[in-house]
Amino acid sequence: MTADAPAVEVRELTRHFGDFIAVDAISFAVARGEVFGFLGANGAGKTTAIRMLTGLLEPTSGEARVAGHDVRTEVEAVKRSIGYMSQRFSLYEDLTVRENIRLYGAIYGLDRRTLKARTTELLTRLRLESRQDTLVASLPLGWRQKLAFSVALAHRPGIVFLDEPTGGVDPVTRRQFWEMIYEAAEEGTTVFVTTHYMDEAEYCDRVSIMVDGRIDALGSPEELKERFGVDSMDDVFVQLVRPQQGEAA
Amino acid sequence: MNALLGFMHKEMRHILRDRRTLIILLVLPLAQVLLFGFAVRTDVREIRLVAVDPAPDAATRSLQARFRGNDVYTLTRVVASPEVLPELFQRGEADQAIIFPPGFAAELGRAATGRAAEAPVLQVITDVADPNTGSALQAYADQVVRRWQRDRLADRVGPQVVAGALAGITPRVRMWFNPTLESVNLFVPGLIAVLLTVVSALMSAISLSREKERGTLEILLVSPLRPWQIITGKVLPYMALGFVNVASVLLAAWLVFGVPFRGSLALLLLESLLYVLVSLALGVLIAARTSSQRTAMLGALMGLLLPTLLLSGMIFPLTSMPGWLQAVANLVPGKWFLLSARGIMLQGVGLAHLWQETLVLTGMTALLMVAAIRAFDVRLH
Repeated sequence: MTADAPAVEVRELTRHFGDFIAVDAISFAVARGEVFGFLGANGAGKTTAIRMLTGLLEPTSGEARVAGHDVRTEVEAVKRSIGYMSQRFSLYEDLTVRENIRLYGAIYGLDRRTLKARTTELLTRLRLESRQDTLVASLPLGWRQKLAFSVALAHRPGIVFLDEPTGGVDPVTRRQFWEMIYEAAEEGTTVFVTTHYMDEAEYCDRVSIMVDGRIDALGSPEELKERFGVDSMDDVFVQLVRPQQGEAA
Repeated sequence: MNALLGFMHKEMRHILRDRRTLIILLVLPLAQVLLFGFAVRTDVREIRLVAVDPAPDAATRSLQARFRGNDVYTLTRVVASPEVLPELFQRGEADQAIIFPPGFAAELGRAATGRAAEAPVLQVITDVADPNTGSALQAYADQVVRRWQRDRLADRVGPQVVAGALAGITPRVRMWFNPTLESVNLFVPGLIAVLLTVVSALMSAISLSREKERGTLEILLVSPLRPWQIITGKVLPYMALGFVNVASVLLAAWLVFGVPFRGSLALLLLESLLYVLVSLALGVLIAARTSSQRTAMLGALMGLLLPTLLLSGMIFPLTSMPGWLQAVANLVPGKWFLLSARGIMLQGVGLAHLWQETLVLTGMTALLMVAAIRAFDVRLH
């Protein structure tokens, strides 16, 4: 990835499923080190877009480059340069904390020495040293999500995709989780995050809001609130999404 | 660190950590073999024989003595005329009757020294109300007579002449390899086929669909792991487990039922491994097509258990099926495994005779593995 290239660059990205247009010619760019909120109602096409960006789904048309690699032709390179954490739990509950770290390290090709160093660092940061040999199943949900996030970053990807990482997590842990996101961003990792919590949208550098397969708004939370003349991202979201849902009803 | 090794290490951890499932997977096949081996038998015991001997002579008495001396036979009575036979069969007092022609000894002597063109006719009548046991009964009698004849000739004229005198007799291949018609000898290879299929396919199907259900598969698919690495990483550890099953079942078959191992054990293990691979790949395919562990389990059980039971030749001989069904049976991997396993265990044949079966199994393995990998190449969907 060249130093000045955006972390994510999307042009006219489109995906059809038969007659249904899930993602309709979206275009945007995410700068390196940015915390980018990718918002939208359920069924707006977020998941489809993320699946295309992470190399799980081939675009019908349009172009997308992630970490400088074409998602259509350089899937393997894309996969190696990203981290991913899904809304569903991404660790193996019947493996211990250390075994999970070890697995992901192996999958992402870390050599033994690097893996050992990262494991120690990660356990220290999460204060999980004493529980490294306990099964993940016995950790509280908040800790598991923090661990999952750290594991997704263990191979030092340039960009990390977080698909609703804080679903079902208590407010305190959510706050801690966002502190970790900021830390990662400060270290230069681009964070591409989807969420349904609008207070979290306020934490993002910029957000995009998808409605019916298109990006209807894109900008910093301040810009968007100003443009729509409201006080919170919650209101921005409702204003954008409601008319569409009214039509559909 | 190698991605594939890391992935396999993780699979081994899954397997070893879930002790209960592991024990079930290891003990269940063994228990099944013992249960089936003892319960499912088509052997015939205690055949009640009636001899019709209108003109007793040395030969008829000698053959009757042979039947008396046989563990399986009880010579219930000797009558002079076949007229009473229908009633005896109907009253259920006879399972089989043997009818001697008058002058049996004399005719036999002439045939043996080449003075008569044809051997005397010895008629055997069998109650075949139950076709399964019926054919077995017929085969038993056939064998007792044949042995008696052979021994008699050997006593009288010496081995060289015996070979010549027996030249006209067409041997029954089936009788050679399982002379006591022990059904367990035929069943054990079949049982191995069924158990290996079900256990292997279930294991891989459940393990993959669990990852699907829990969402961890998504993480694997986003990772740089290639589909072939995921499939190989899943299949190899379970292959080791399948191998333990093969070993324990074979050992039980040998120790408990005395099933013979006439051929190469290495070849048998190789064929078993191929068969385990085929089944594991089938499990992966089933998991790829289903969305939950439960449907994957049902799919593996229903989709594999019945065809293997019915169309492998384990219980019902394939040759007695209509042509189209025999063609369908060619698609059942169990059929090919069974042919090789029986060949190796009972007939002692080697790769020279089993190359076709081995080739088919290898081809199936390759085809199914590729199909399984393609099913997980998400970009295709």
